[in-house]
Amino acid sequence: MQLPDPENLLTEITLKIKAQIEINGIDNSALVGIYSGGVWIMRRILESMQQVIPYGLLDAALYRDDYAERGLKAAPKPAQIPFDVQDKHIILIDDIFYTGRTTRAAMNELFDYGRPASIQLAVLINRGGAQLPIAPNIVGAEILLKANQSLQLSQDTKNKLHLTLEGIIEN
Amino acid sequence: MKIHIKSGHLIDPKNNIDSKQDVFIAAGKIAGIGKALDGFVANQTIDARGLIVSPGFVDLSARLREPGSEYKATLKSELQAALAGGVTSLACPPDTDPVLDEPGLVEMLKHRAKQLNLAHVYPLGALTRKLEGKLLTEMCELTQAGCVGFSQADNAITDTQILWRAFEYAATFGYTIFLRAEDYYLAQNGVAHDGEIASRLGLKGIPAAAEGLAIASILRIAQETKTKIHLCRLSTAEGVELVRQAKKQGVQVSADVSTQHCHLTDHDIGYFNAYANLKPPLRSARDKAALCQGLKDGTIDAICSDHTPVDDDAKLLPFTEAEAGASALELLLPLTLKWATENKASMFESIAKITSQPASILAISGGDLSVNADADIAIFNPNTEWKVSASQLKSQGKNTPFLGLSMIGKVQYTLLHGQVAYQS
Amino acid sequence: MHNPQLDADGNLKHLLTIEGLPKKILTQILDTAESFVGVAERDIKKVPLLRGKTVCNIFFENSTRTRTTFEIAAKRLSADVINLNVGTSSQSKGETILDTVDNLIAMHADMFVVRHSQSGAVHFIAQHVPDNISVINAGDGRHAHPTQGLLDVFTVRRYKPDMHNLRVALVGDVLHSRVARSEIHALTTLGVPEVRVIAPKTLLPVDVEKLGVHVFHDMKAGLKDVDVVMMLRLQNERMSGALLPSAQEYFKTFGLTQDKLDLAKPDAIVMHPGPMNRGVEIDSSVADGHQSVILPQVTYGIAVRMAVMAILNGGSPSSLRASASEQTGGGA
Repeated sequence: MQLPDPENLLTEITLKIKAQIEINGIDNSALVGIYSGGVWIMRRILESMQQVIPYGLLDAALYRDDYAERGLKAAPKPAQIPFDVQDKHIILIDDIFYTGRTTRAAMNELFDYGRPASIQLAVLINRGGAQLPIAPNIVGAEILLKANQSLQLSQDTKNKLHLTLEGIIEN
Repeated sequence: MKIHIKSGHLIDPKNNIDSKQDVFIAAGKIAGIGKALDGFVANQTIDARGLIVSPGFVDLSARLREPGSEYKATLKSELQAALAGGVTSLACPPDTDPVLDEPGLVEMLKHRAKQLNLAHVYPLGALTRKLEGKLLTEMCELTQAGCVGFSQADNAITDTQILWRAFEYAATFGYTIFLRAEDYYLAQNGVAHDGEIASRLGLKGIPAAAEGLAIASILRIAQETKTKIHLCRLSTAEGVELVRQAKKQGVQVSADVSTQHCHLTDHDIGYFNAYANLKPPLRSARDKAALCQGLKDGTIDAICSDHTPVDDDAKLLPFTEAEAGASALELLLPLTLKWATENKASMFESIAKITSQPASILAISGGDLSVNADADIAIFNPNTEWKVSASQLKSQGKNTPFLGLSMIGKVQYTLLHGQVAYQS
Repeated sequence: MHNPQLDADGNLKHLLTIEGLPKKILTQILDTAESFVGVAERDIKKVPLLRGKTVCNIFFENSTRTRTTFEIAAKRLSADVINLNVGTSSQSKGETILDTVDNLIAMHADMFVVRHSQSGAVHFIAQHVPDNISVINAGDGRHAHPTQGLLDVFTVRRYKPDMHNLRVALVGDVLHSRVARSEIHALTTLGVPEVRVIAPKTLLPVDVEKLGVHVFHDMKAGLKDVDVVMMLRLQNERMSGALLPSAQEYFKTFGLTQDKLDLAKPDAIVMHPGPMNRGVEIDSSVADGHQSVILPQVTYGIAVRMAVMAILNGGSPSSLRASASEQTGGGA
């Protein structure tokens, strides 16, 4: 299986995100990255933007639905939402969209900060397999994977993004 | 009833016997050792091959909880436990309810024990009325009723003048005073040895000096008043050294140590194990080593169980609120043997610590198998390994810090008055 | 001896004392607490982690302050809270500790926060609860007050992040203090190289050096070049037990005044677990001064307690984990 170059995907979704911000108006917009991949992507997007836009970081670990089974595995990273969520058009950014549960947790957490005007989800890759009626609005690429496969985004020391696939690969 | 104990290894410290000898019993007494008497025909033969035949053990302190605390234990349950542990004679302390400070109570206790026809009970009378440390008891009357000595149990006499006079009065008649030496004020509210463990666990400690100070006072007064003193349940290295020096100076003092203190230290409190809550408290490794050495060099004359049955509810409490004490009669033998193996002492020496020595301290007959002595005998297997479990213990008290641990050495037969009173 | 605080996999099952806990568990708690500090600053000061769970505060020894902070922490995790002041109710009617605890178990509580006047009492309770209940020690006699120790090192870490280069001094009644013992264990486990105790001999436990501390009886010498000063509370009873002559003499010799504090590093911080005895162990000007972090300690106390509850409550006990093992974890 040939994996797409995440740098290209990043360029694509950056264009679409900028377009969406134009539509909503930059004064009413904000970006929120979901740790860790979403935050790397968001920082790259912010670098490439001329204008300043409010942004935040979320872990969503405290809102996961599998806490009862798994507990708090690693210490959650502290959320940083330094802007007022009320009435903002927020673009949630994550790396890989899979079951939709992380997105649900992130949305629940955002709603505890205030009532946004809208939330859109932007991801590099949708790997299929949603278990909830949630879907990303902005997608770099769709790659359908099986349950025993997993896709990981990583960032090297020069901040370049890489994708790796683990699990059984079938052609 | 004529009994022949065949092929056993006889250990009789008083008569210096440590060899294979048969034992012949008739009419409740030792009829012969080694060779059969002419015309002796046994009704019962006990095959003691591979077993040790010893005088029935003599325990310097076992609480029987009667009168007054029958919910903790009864004479019957505890004397049966004694026999299961090979103990045929025991002294009980006066801290019953009511206190053993009246001849009538002592007579009743002796009578009850005799009726049960289980181990022999030798009460220690209270030294002061109600053990309060103020007024003397009628020591002569109490001795006539059956007391073999006088004790304050766990209650210190703080008034040195009264202590002195009690000593003098007892010395008039040659009575022995049995005291557990501990300074009342330094020990107040203390539950553990005052050392690193108590500091970590936040427990109020009783310093070793509490015992040292009290022993020094007691020995000094005894020296002046020429009283026979027995120091009960030594727990400190400094205590052992004080006794060693006093004996060198000719003071009439004897001492004992409990089986618990021969083997455990304050580390055994672990995570606040209430079964390790004892009086005196379990002390440091250094103290334990000194106690074991003291036994070896004769500074400490005897080992005792310090049997203290406590009902489950009184131990099912936080450490500081739990009642102190360990159930110990049935572990006297294996723990005594263990002291010997761990301290390179012989089995002969260890058996002396629980037979001839305590018998001589109490000045009672027993603790030996001389011809014509009462046939009170313990026959045990020194190699049997067994696990301490609550259901197996005959005592009503299941409160032992050794619960679940392995013991080596088990009594197979206990004979009382020449009759098999217990068989495993 | 198996550590009763950890389960078979080495995860935290109860929080009874800091002594014996591995460094990585302490760090896990402190790192988790970081995310909870932010929760208190939001409009909606809640996260749903303990939703539907019942936390029982069982206080055999009274304390409104500590009980309140545990209550706030539990509620911010969306738990339901029951407060039981046992001193005033069943215990005085002769009910044993275990009977009180059994009754609460029968009412399906999920977590017990227990304070008791006797050392070891909370260990005792933890040994008798079923597998699915976690016990948090809110202070047992003079033995341990682990959440206080944790919030204190959390505070130290916040202001002095380089823990491996610190001098910390504890001042006051170490002998009777469960807070001091927990603080000492936390500091030494986290690798603070120098921990000092400053107190008169009557207020120090035997062999205290074996806990890994340096002993000072002279406060001026003890505070020299120190980065953190942790004050301990002095109770009035100490005067009546012949441990100290008077509060005035104590304040003169061991009270924290500005001139004594000036012997420490210029950026040294001052801490106190509260409640303070102003003019006895600490001068008002110091307690309210710019070096004091006593109020932030309170805020951090809630975050740390939330972290402890979140870690203890999450994940099914090992015995039940087998049946849940087919569940696949969540994804994006």
